[in-house]
Amino acid sequence: MKTEGKNAIVTGASRGIGREIALELARQGANVAVNYAGSEKMANDVVAEIKSLGRKAIAVQADVADGDSVSTMMKQVVEQFGTIDILVNNAGITRDNLLMRMKEEDWDAVIDTNLKGVFLCTKAVTRQMMKQRSGRIINISSIVGVGGNAGQANYVAAKAGVIGLTKTTAKELASRGITVNAVAPGFITTDMTDQLNEDVKVEMLKQIPLARLGEPQDIAKVVVFLASEDSRYMTGQTLHVDGGMIM
Amino acid sequence: MAEVLERVTKIIVDRLGVEESQVKLEATFKEDLGADSLDVVELVMELEDEFDMEISDDDAEKIQTVGDAVNYIQANS
Repeated sequence: MKTEGKNAIVTGASRGIGREIALELARQGANVAVNYAGSEKMANDVVAEIKSLGRKAIAVQADVADGDSVSTMMKQVVEQFGTIDILVNNAGITRDNLLMRMKEEDWDAVIDTNLKGVFLCTKAVTRQMMKQRSGRIINISSIVGVGGNAGQANYVAAKAGVIGLTKTTAKELASRGITVNAVAPGFITTDMTDQLNEDVKVEMLKQIPLARLGEPQDIAKVVVFLASEDSRYMTGQTLHVDGGMIM
Repeated sequence: MAEVLERVTKIIVDRLGVEESQVKLEATFKEDLGADSLDVVELVMELEDEFDMEISDDDAEKIQTVGDAVNYIQANS
């Protein structure tokens, strides 16, 4: 198994891609802390499923955009697991609108959760990983952060920011045995993308050479690779997992 | 004073791989003891553990010499 005996925390793990990442890490042998912001019941379901695989799991509530809440969460995880070997920064929200119509508060909310949240979680976990002299940080960006997307100025700016943050964190922490990489998913079937209307989906399919939407599992497998020893000579990279949308 | 200095010195010697004789109160971590920025961050983390205290980011930035560290610990522990 690729992450046997490792301790992981996945933010925004109660549903969607984060849920699948948490489960796949557990299938590969990891204990997982399941972070959630509001969906306690769904987080508990993920925890139960991980426990049924024979791994340790805990649900930890925290708003990743709040520094105090994040450091309390990381302390909780260290108390329970002893170490943190893998951090997956996955938590994210959308507040889509055309730039001309976008409210300042919608801009702020998305940047706070999707970009500042990655900064805060990374900062909080780095202390533990530096002591351990090892660690894996995987940031979930998005293909729209590479190519842009009309109607998502806030989301795109945050996801592009995550790629820059990934590179910088990778450079700062490389000497301490910590690798930092990003995954940029394309169009993946989740609650978030189910909200898009049919016309948008048809248009998007035309841009996907592999001619299908991705599944959360397609992302989770790549995250596990980046969390495992198999990727030990990679850091600062962004892997596009998008059916070939952007080459 | 002597006891704090002794414990601080031991951590610096272990962490930075310098000789005990180099660890003087006026020695700066970066210039005199060859630490990079990340070494200083780690050093502060170890001091926090050793003396069971929390040093804020603002205060940590002001700790540049061995003497700064010793004084800070004495004033705050």
